[in-house]
Amino acid sequence: MTRAGSTAPAVELRHIDKRFGEVHANRDVCLAVRRGSITGVVGENGAGKSTLMSILYGFYEADGGEILIDGTPRRIRSPSDAIGAGIGMVHQHFMLVESFTVLENIMLGAEGGAILSRGAAAARREVERLERDYGLGVDPDARVSELPVGAQQRVEILKALYRGAETLILDEPTGVLTPQETDQLFRVLASLQRRGATVILITHKLREIMAVTDEVHVMRAGRVVASRKTAETSEQELAELMIGRKIRLARNKTPAAPGPPLLTVSHLSLHDERGVRRLDDVSFALAAGEILGIAGVSGNGQSELLEVLAGIRPPETGGFLLDGREVTAERPCPPAEMRALGLAHVPEDRRRLGLVEHFAASESAVLGYQRDPAYSRGWLLDHGAVRRHCAALMEAFDVRPRAPSLRSASFSGGNQQKLIIARELERRPKVLLVGQPTRGVDIGAIELIHRELLKHREVGAAILLVSVELEEIMALADRILVMCGGRIVGEIAAAEADERRLGLLMANARPLPANEAPPGGGDLTPA
Amino acid sequence: MSPRADLPRWADIGLIPLANVLLAFIAAGLIVLAIGQNPFDAVAIMLDGALGSPEGLGYTLYYATNFVFTGLAVAIAFHAGLFNIGGEGQAYIGGLGVGLLLLRFDHSLTWGPLLPLATLAALLFGAAWASIPAWLQAYRGSHVVITTIMFNFLASSLMVYLMVNVLNQHGATNPETREIAASATLPFIHQILAGLGIPMVHTPLNLSILLAALASVFVWVYVWHTPWGYELRTVGQSERAALYAGVRPRRVIVATLCMSGALAGLVGVNEIMGVQHRLLLNFNAGYGFTGIAVALMGRSHPLGVALASVLFGILTQGGAELAFEIPAIDRDMVTVIQGLVILFSGALAHLSRPWLEALFALASRRTAALRSAE
Repeated sequence: MTRAGSTAPAVELRHIDKRFGEVHANRDVCLAVRRGSITGVVGENGAGKSTLMSILYGFYEADGGEILIDGTPRRIRSPSDAIGAGIGMVHQHFMLVESFTVLENIMLGAEGGAILSRGAAAARREVERLERDYGLGVDPDARVSELPVGAQQRVEILKALYRGAETLILDEPTGVLTPQETDQLFRVLASLQRRGATVILITHKLREIMAVTDEVHVMRAGRVVASRKTAETSEQELAELMIGRKIRLARNKTPAAPGPPLLTVSHLSLHDERGVRRLDDVSFALAAGEILGIAGVSGNGQSELLEVLAGIRPPETGGFLLDGREVTAERPCPPAEMRALGLAHVPEDRRRLGLVEHFAASESAVLGYQRDPAYSRGWLLDHGAVRRHCAALMEAFDVRPRAPSLRSASFSGGNQQKLIIARELERRPKVLLVGQPTRGVDIGAIELIHRELLKHREVGAAILLVSVELEEIMALADRILVMCGGRIVGEIAAAEADERRLGLLMANARPLPANEAPPGGGDLTPA
Repeated sequence: MSPRADLPRWADIGLIPLANVLLAFIAAGLIVLAIGQNPFDAVAIMLDGALGSPEGLGYTLYYATNFVFTGLAVAIAFHAGLFNIGGEGQAYIGGLGVGLLLLRFDHSLTWGPLLPLATLAALLFGAAWASIPAWLQAYRGSHVVITTIMFNFLASSLMVYLMVNVLNQHGATNPETREIAASATLPFIHQILAGLGIPMVHTPLNLSILLAALASVFVWVYVWHTPWGYELRTVGQSERAALYAGVRPRRVIVATLCMSGALAGLVGVNEIMGVQHRLLLNFNAGYGFTGIAVALMGRSHPLGVALASVLFGILTQGGAELAFEIPAIDRDMVTVIQGLVILFSGALAHLSRPWLEALFALASRRTAALRSAE
């Protein structure tokens, strides 16, 4: 089958419809992807873009509509059908066996017969050819667990190409990457495009859409609401299309007026169960009325820092002073006491720490405060009070749907997060720990969350903000610490921060010469 | 993949267990057919034997009382994410506690004041027996499934030792204690009914069925309506969320398993104070193990546990009648039938789910089509 000459779209979706019970995830979606293009699909969380791609990749079957590949209708009922149709997918969370080498991962599921070595030799030749063609820069004999995240992602791309993918779907590919790794990914995508491959990029980051795509489709509430040539649109227009109204991301306008330090961390160190050093001599002070941002690639000690400061883990060596209470290995402070001291914690892992997915929203809305007499009558839980409390939080933070009895898992990420933040801010904490407040959260919710965080800074709360979103940190923080390998590797005042400097610190690299600056690296002002 | 719909709650709780029982009976029916008997006759004999007479009913409810205690024990542990296989041993030791108390005080106190004391003894002894596996699970990481199984054997050995060497009557060869004074035993239901002027045949059903009802209400209130139950369920859902919420999962694990053991221990009240009126061997008779199936089938909810207990009561009592009426179906055969019910409602609990889900999806599409046609 020669496809290069054909003018039919590489992928065309016609009238795709999909329901999950009450949720209408895709409504009459029509979308064409031009052969050899990089096409973006943007939308808020829950807009239906992941569902659509899962239908294209055969995870779900659509209730209605059809899929055309190169102009011919195809039934795609499983991922192997999709692979057969030349579609490959790189998932947000990599599907790699960490203890295997790159080559072993690529062969997995396509071993080629009972004798492994024969298949391996053939696979190696093919991988070397792909490497020459696309220049992905991965060593086939490297162990996946030893590769940086960006390289693991390229292994996923290689895996798809090895299976003959001509159309590659990338689902939120940059969430785990440093800015430098993101740039490298984009160079790889451009080289794929030069070789005639088609790329579908799913993301909610508009800057990436503007940087690499040729065409972009905007989804909202299960529909495609607009399709544009990237050159003829703007970030602002796309953002408005995504949420259906004008947005104004919160800006850190007022200058900080830091008060006395409320949290002083000194020489904090921690090893995990396997003896790996997670925190290495961390010291800093956090004052009332300021937001201190902690930037870093995820997995560099930020999670452990939050857990220690929240009392979930005791410090190993060193310690911290929280509003006069000294916390050390000898004098640990459990989370309940931390809360009593006026500390609140919006955890990074919203779904496993921040709430209990199986519980009703009203029950999740008292997590951590379950012993509060406000929710009890004598020895019994007062479910009425718990529900009323939840309804009030939902009203104040616009959590949708306003259904306290609905299971926590049934809410979208953004609404779960709004509920958690509502719960943690309700008691006007003196010190607030916030981890990844807007990960997987839609723009409308981001707006609200940022506004609330700034509001609490105004009234004198000390806020520690851990985020992998540099834009978020730069927008909110007054000072920025960068963590790498469990250490604080730098501090930058927010006014002087730019994405490139932070990125280099995050990778713990020395500054590049000026002519190697990544494209668009210095441009900080989002539209 | 065919389209599926999420099941409505009533179907999830009501229909699925029913479908499982039905499947079990079909499988059992085929086996009965294979040995040349009429399965419909067998079912009729079973139901009649279990429910058809006041005597059968009394026995059925007496068995159900024990199943409620052990079923609740397994259910409450499930909610904390723990699998307590040790109900058998905890019931045994709970009975030991009741027996020791009654042997000491049966001549000085009547059953009225003794009932709360015996209940307390059963709770304490059952909890104590569960506390060691609980501690090992929480603080040493020894899996509770393994340790509770081992503690069943330990309980069995301990009881044999005590009954043979320590507690048996002087000079007697039977491994059992003296009989407890009649004034210290729980009244049978037929005695109470007789007191009200209602005649009824003698059955082992006694006042402890009320204790079973109380225990069910307690578990319901504790798990869903107290802050401690909230913390228990949080630990069961996510230990990390519990840590975040300031709960100490280890304490909750120990407390829950002790409570679980205490509930299983209540079998001792029914058996020793209610029926046997002496301490003896093997009065726990597999109730602890059946409790696992009861909890699975009852979806770990006290109401479900109560209903499943009655079903297993019917199986036990009806099965005994069946073995009596049809000689070709012996006791082992009855055990096979009970085993099938356990298999289908426990291990294969979700076997019928995809079919029912597909059925519901079909039905909802039909109604949607009808609505749009109007």
